[in-house]
Amino acid sequence: MGHMQVYFDNNATTPLHPEVKKELIAGMEMFGNPSSMHGFGREARANVEDARRKVADFIGAHEHEIVFVGSGSEANNTVLSLFVCGTSQCIPGTRMRSTIITTKIEHPCVLETSECLAHRGANVKFLDVDRYGKVDLDQLESMLGDDVGLVSVMMANNEIGTLQDIETITKIVHERGAYMHTDAVQAVGKVPVDVRKLGVDFLTMSGHKIYGPKGIGALFVRKGIPYCPLIRGGHQERGRRAGTENTLGILGLGKAVEMRSIEMAAEEKRLMELKGILKRGIEEKIDDIHFNGHPEDSLAGTLNVSFAGAEGEAILLYLDLAGIAVSTGSACASGSLDPSHVLLATGVDAETAHGSIRISMGRESTLEEVEYLLDVLPKTIQRIRDMSTAYIKGGCHVAGR
Amino acid sequence: MLQAGEWAYTEKLKEHFMSPKNILQGDNTDDFDGVGMEGNLQCGDQMLVAIKVDKDKEVITDCKWKTYGCASAIASTSILSEMVKGMTLDQAFHVSPKDVAKELGGLPDHKIHCSVLGDKALRAAINNFYSRNGMDDKVKEEQAKIVCQCMNITDHDIEEAVLEGARTYYELQERTKLGTVCGQCKDEAEMLLEKFKHIHFGA
Repeated sequence: MGHMQVYFDNNATTPLHPEVKKELIAGMEMFGNPSSMHGFGREARANVEDARRKVADFIGAHEHEIVFVGSGSEANNTVLSLFVCGTSQCIPGTRMRSTIITTKIEHPCVLETSECLAHRGANVKFLDVDRYGKVDLDQLESMLGDDVGLVSVMMANNEIGTLQDIETITKIVHERGAYMHTDAVQAVGKVPVDVRKLGVDFLTMSGHKIYGPKGIGALFVRKGIPYCPLIRGGHQERGRRAGTENTLGILGLGKAVEMRSIEMAAEEKRLMELKGILKRGIEEKIDDIHFNGHPEDSLAGTLNVSFAGAEGEAILLYLDLAGIAVSTGSACASGSLDPSHVLLATGVDAETAHGSIRISMGRESTLEEVEYLLDVLPKTIQRIRDMSTAYIKGGCHVAGR
Repeated sequence: MLQAGEWAYTEKLKEHFMSPKNILQGDNTDDFDGVGMEGNLQCGDQMLVAIKVDKDKEVITDCKWKTYGCASAIASTSILSEMVKGMTLDQAFHVSPKDVAKELGGLPDHKIHCSVLGDKALRAAINNFYSRNGMDDKVKEEQAKIVCQCMNITDHDIEEAVLEGARTYYELQERTKLGTVCGQCKDEAEMLLEKFKHIHFGA
């Protein structure tokens, strides 16, 4: 079939930026171990530290505050695990503060780690969100006590794009003596992130969401904050993450943030316009829809929409047949029986969650692609609804039509 | 490097998903002799099956459907509608999810539950035909299938235990003593546990 190929799943991962690709190809010649003292090693070391400076500059940090890790998931695991240490040796003062507060809409790497830590004796509390996915600040205030060591709130949600006011949250958290972490994997490189302005103690970012390579992430750890490595046994990363550095990944991440600082602002504006066109088009052409996420405080490229009477995996696969790649919050696509925990946390019913798709655009997305989706999507939804039980006599949505 | 993409599904399933057969057109089932519906939208799957029956021979002459669900749900109802045409009511009543999955060339493990509603809806349609035609004696309740041979525990017992509050395999064992002897039924029992939790509680 000679149709367009449209990649609208940039929140899952992104294609390499051409400049990053060039950097990686050149970087493949470099094989030295940054820990070696000879010329090969020094070359690798110089490049790793150069990338570290770029990453630090990009988020307003000092280069010593950047720890390169294998992924955003690793960074999040590292931070959460700090606060359930059984001894008081590594992190003086946190032992008495073994309660962690996070939200119901975090990435599974935070939620599942939290559950595991709860089994190991930590007390974990989950913040609710409103119908747009914003955390409840009053609830946060009421949960904060002398027992709370860490609060972890994601900056931008991967499924619905909702942005949290991390600066305000951090102020509240610090007033009550707890540390603040934000998973900013979806935010860094899409919206301005300055760790000093936000005031956070820990911040997670990742390479492959911002046109860099997979398998590389970075954790910002504010100077003077207690820390204990998750992966032990090496002096790398100033003893904060053992294992020979992923030099190629680090090089790629450095280049990726360099390109982000050049392109981000204009791109955000452009994606916002495309999202407006997409949103209006869907509204005009399709009935019985529901937009998920915050109408304004949201990632420019992310649009999450639910279609009554149509199941998400079916939508995804019919779109895939037409060359369009999106993702869904349906249970069927996740391999579990439960639909998206994020959408359910916003209070929508299970059918709305099953019938959701996430369209996430990126730097390569074009108006032509948006128009193609707006051509294909209404037909796809119509086709699915025509075979759906939701619209038969006595069916759930018969009145809606 | 490998080139993209095999689907998670078989070619046969993909074919039925791309061009589903025997979809009920419109929303009117008045012309049919038996109609059955199972599942609900909150669970993510709902299927309706409508049959026409040669009353003398008790043979299914036509079968149409509607499905709310994922690709494997759509494809399994589609292929089921093809399979049962020409079957006697008795034959059709005994079509199992396994038969449907086999006809599709297999289903991924976590998709088996998507295909169990089609045959259930079909049985409901057959029972509906019997009751409409004053043949109430022929209406068959869902037949129980023994899962745990040692303790003689059926799928109905598991369903009942779930309805009474069992949510984990251990709670199921507490209530039914299932799998407490040889333990060979554990996998099947866990699958049924998940299925019934899903059907009744959307969990």
